[in-house]
Amino acid sequence: MHAASPESQALLARLTAALIAKGVTTDAEIAAQIASTNRASPEIGARMVARAWTDPDYRALMLRDGSAAAEAMGVSMAGMPPLGVLADTPGLHHVVVCTLCSCYPRAVLGYPPGWFKSSSYRARMVRDPRAVLAEWGTVLPAEVALRVVDSTADYRWMVLPERPAGTEGWDAAQLAAIVTRDALVGVSLPQP
Amino acid sequence: MSPGTQVRVKADFPETRGPCHIRTPHYLRGRLGVVERHLGDFPNPEDLAFARPAARVPLFHVRFDQPSLWQEGAAGDALLVEIFAHWLEPV
Amino acid sequence: MTPDPAPPMIPAHDLGGASRFRCAPVDPDDDAPPDAFGQQVDALRQILARRGLMSVDELRRAIESLPEAEYHALTYYERWLRAIAMLMAEKGVVHP
Repeated sequence: MHAASPESQALLARLTAALIAKGVTTDAEIAAQIASTNRASPEIGARMVARAWTDPDYRALMLRDGSAAAEAMGVSMAGMPPLGVLADTPGLHHVVVCTLCSCYPRAVLGYPPGWFKSSSYRARMVRDPRAVLAEWGTVLPAEVALRVVDSTADYRWMVLPERPAGTEGWDAAQLAAIVTRDALVGVSLPQP
Repeated sequence: MSPGTQVRVKADFPETRGPCHIRTPHYLRGRLGVVERHLGDFPNPEDLAFARPAARVPLFHVRFDQPSLWQEGAAGDALLVEIFAHWLEPV
Repeated sequence: MTPDPAPPMIPAHDLGGASRFRCAPVDPDDDAPPDAFGQQVDALRQILARRGLMSVDELRRAIESLPEAEYHALTYYERWLRAIAMLMAEKGVVHP
């Protein structure tokens, strides 16, 4: 998509100035908020998955209370929507979409990518999900069922993929390195 | 509505009656699904959207069979969607 | 026999299964972080929510009220910005 139009840039400048003049916020607070938001990244989600792959108690916590599992990794979930974790099994793979807007587990994945927010992804993922996965080169075997999770309400969802073969004996850092942002949304699978 | 309960999403279209904010997608209106689990109770977004007092409503994860929804798609594939209790009726 | 009523118009934002996009490609490389404009809009939304001036539900409702052509012509954060401006004016926090 194109960059914001000059009209939009001007609107943002006017709105920001008005909010600051009203005492609602300050330039410093805006800058601090931008910096804080930029600290969230998919590396957090990746570390959660890596830990779940090696620690059954943590995996159980993730599935029971995703927000608590995020907190256990040092993420403050105060005031954040509840985090839901979708556990893949050998016969079931999950993928997440928000058809109505762009709900995304930002606290543990950072900003949603453009493709996740696009009309084409939102329209097609619930209707022709395997074709959309194919855009990533992801082809699930026929015996693996696909479950498309449409985020319509309060939860924000991340996928806990199956640990792939060929990763025996890997440490947490090695495991986290193969859990990409795309694997946490479910459009691709971790590749050793 | 316990897990395994068959439900139908109401074939209602409040959008035709005035301004509203509905989190039940059109592609599910009037469609059959199965309750997977109760996710908790949350304030009704239909009211929050207009800064009205919002009662807490039970939220369910409901599973919809993919091929039945679209007359296409792989057998065994499904959708899992958060639906509020007031949009569901038992079958 | 009375004919079935025409199916209701689906709002622009309710995109699940939309035929218009059935053949529209998805671009896995479209994943750059938001630009400065987007980051600032995003930050404002979070600050206004924290101040209790705007909820995410109100933001969504305001975005959904955009005319269909505008909804599709604007970028993601341009929609957010128009919605935020609309809400702040509606609530008298700023003048339109």
